[in-house]
Amino acid sequence: MLTIRNLHARVADKDILRGVNLDVKAGEVHAIMGPNGSGKSTLAGVLTGKDAFEVTQGEVLFEGKNLLDMAAEERAGEGIFLAFQYPVEIPGVTNNYFLRASVNAVRKYRGQPELDAAAFLKIVKEKIKVLHMPEDLLKRSVNEGFSGGEKKRNEIFQMAVLEPKLCILDETDSGLDIDAMKAVADGVNALRSKDRAMIVITHYQRLLNHIVPDFVHVLSEGRIVKTGGKELALELEAHGYDPMKAGLVGAAN
Amino acid sequence: METKAFTNLFAPFDRAGATPRFQALRQAARTRFTSAQLPTTRTEDWRFTNIAPLLETPFALPELGPTLDAKLPPPIGALRLVFVNGRFAQSLSALASDGLHVGSLVDAKADIAPLAQIAGEKDSPFTALNTSFLSDGAHVVIPDGKVVEQPIEIVYLTQPGGQEIMSHPRTLLVVGKNAQAMLVERFVGDGVYFTNAVTEIAVGEHAVVEHVKLLEESAAAHHIANTQIMMAGRSNFTTHYLALGGSLVRNEVRVRFDGEHAEATVNGLYMGSGKQHLDNFTVIDHAKPNCASHELYKGILNDRAHGVFNGKIFVRKDAQKTDAKQTNKVLLLSDDATINTKPQLEIFADDVKCTHGATIGQLDATQLFYLQSRGIPLDQARRLLTFAFANDIVGRLKIETLRDELESRIVR
Repeated sequence: MLTIRNLHARVADKDILRGVNLDVKAGEVHAIMGPNGSGKSTLAGVLTGKDAFEVTQGEVLFEGKNLLDMAAEERAGEGIFLAFQYPVEIPGVTNNYFLRASVNAVRKYRGQPELDAAAFLKIVKEKIKVLHMPEDLLKRSVNEGFSGGEKKRNEIFQMAVLEPKLCILDETDSGLDIDAMKAVADGVNALRSKDRAMIVITHYQRLLNHIVPDFVHVLSEGRIVKTGGKELALELEAHGYDPMKAGLVGAAN
Repeated sequence: METKAFTNLFAPFDRAGATPRFQALRQAARTRFTSAQLPTTRTEDWRFTNIAPLLETPFALPELGPTLDAKLPPPIGALRLVFVNGRFAQSLSALASDGLHVGSLVDAKADIAPLAQIAGEKDSPFTALNTSFLSDGAHVVIPDGKVVEQPIEIVYLTQPGGQEIMSHPRTLLVVGKNAQAMLVERFVGDGVYFTNAVTEIAVGEHAVVEHVKLLEESAAAHHIANTQIMMAGRSNFTTHYLALGGSLVRNEVRVRFDGEHAEATVNGLYMGSGKQHLDNFTVIDHAKPNCASHELYKGILNDRAHGVFNGKIFVRKDAQKTDAKQTNKVLLLSDDATINTKPQLEIFADDVKCTHGATIGQLDATQLFYLQSRGIPLDQARRLLTFAFANDIVGRLKIETLRDELESRIVR
C-alpha cells in the first residue's frame, strides 16, 4: 500500500530525515518509535503534505501513485489520514459542519455523490455510538475547549467517519492518562481491518500494549535503524534508545 | 469643506411640501449645520475617512413618485415598515395594531418627544443634516411592560432610477419600562446614491432591546449613519451592526448610560472587498456608575478594502464600578487591504474595570492545514475559516431567520 524509498527531508535548512525506507501492506500495523528529535513527526508531516517540510531525495508511493506530488487534500482523498499530535482548535466551526464538509470533499474527490444532511447524520450517529462519545460533540466547535483526551478521541472519531485506507497516528498517547489512552486505543482497534493499514508513531511503549503492532521500527537520527516484532518495543522500554544509537555508530564505523 | 451643496436644497425641500410638524426641528438643525464645518482628514474623529467622494457627486433630493416595483428582501417577520427613497410606503408595510405603535413619524399619535433629543447634533454635522431634511421616518413605540416576541423590521430602500439622489432616513424607537423588543434596520438599494441615516433609541428602565442594523447598500452607494442610544437604569441593550455593502461607509454608534446597573452589548462585523471604505466609529459613555459594556467588532477585508475602527469609551468621574470591555479583531485576506484601529479610553473614575484589545492577522496556517488534511480543498478551507471568524458575530443574532440567511450568504 505504502512504499517509502530513501526519503530525505529537511525543515528550515536542517536535515531531519536521512534515508527512510519502509513498506506497509494492507492490514498491517507498524509502530515507529524513537527518541525526541529522531524525525517521527517529520515523517508524519511529509506523508500528509505539510508544506513546512522540504523533501530533498527519495520517493513515496501510495497504491502506486506518487504521493509527494499531491496536495494535502488530495492525499486525504486518496485515503490517508493523520491523527494529529496536537489537534487544532477551530472556533466557530462545529464538528458537524466540519465533518460533513470533510466527508463530502473526500467523496467528491473519489467521484461519489455528496451526502445530504440526513444521510450524513445517520452515519455519524452510528460512529459516535461505537466510540462511546457524547452526541453533543457534533454541535461543539472543532476541538475548542476540549481536554487533551477529548481532542485525541475526536481525531479517532474523525478517522472512523472518514474510513481511510492508511491511518497515521502521531503520538496519539502523548498527554493522556491511562483511561483516556485505553479509550483511544479501543477506538483505534475497532478500526483495524484487513483492508486498512496503520502507522503508529509513539515515544513510549505503553500505547503498544493496547494497540499491538505487527512490526516495530526504531527511528534514530532520521533513519530506521532497527526493525522487529512487537517484542522490540519491550526491549526499548527496558534498555532505552541509547544502545540502539550506539549500535548504529558501531555499524557505521 | 463646503456645505452649500446641501444648504442650497433647503428651500426647494420646503417648497415640495415637507411636513410642517417638524419645521421647528428642521430650522434649529439647519442653523447648526450651516455654521458647522464638514469634516476633513484633519478632523481628529475623521482622520482616516475622506468624504471627498460624497461631495464630488451633486446628489439631488428624490422626486416624489409611486413606488411600484420596489425590490425588497423577503420579510423576516410579520411587522414591517418600508421606506422607498426616504418616503414611507404604506402599501409595502405591515403595521401593528396590537397595543404597540409601528408606523410613520408623520402620523404619529404616539409620543415623539425624544425625537432629535437623543441624537447629538453637535457631535456630527451629518446628524444635523439629517434633521434639516426631517419630514418622515419610522416610529416604533413599545408601551411599558409590553413584550413583543417577533422582530420589527424597517427597510430603507433606495432606487434612484437614473438620478443620483440622497435620502435622510430617520428612525425613532422608544421602549417603555419593563418592555422588550427586537428591531432590525435594513438598508438596501441599487445604483449611485447617498444615505444619511439617524436612528434614535430610548431604552426604558428594565427594558430589554435587541437591535440589528444590516447594511446592504449598493456597491456605488455612500452611507453615513449615526445610531444613538439612551439607556435608563437596569436596562439591557444589544446591537449588531453588519456591513455587507456600500462604497464609502461611516457608521457611528453612540451609547449613553443614563441610569445605573444597565448593560450594553455593541457588536459589529464589517466585510469589505474591492475598494470599499468601511469606517466604524463607536462611543460608549459611562455617565453613571455600575454599568457594563461589551464591545466586539470584527473586520474581514479583502482586495484593496480599507477599514477603520475608532472605539471611544468614556468613564465619567462618578461612574464607579464601571465594567467596560472593547475588542477589535481584523482578518486581512489580501496584501493590499488596510485597517486603522484606534481604541480611545478616557477614564475619570478610579474604581473601574476597562480593557481593550485589537488583533490584526491572516488566516491561521495550522488551521488551514488541518482542514486540508481532512480532504477540504484550500479555497474552501479559506472560506470556512473566514466564515468561522464572521460567525462569531452572526451566530449571536437572536433572530433565527436573519441568522440563517446571513450564515448562508457569508459561507458562499
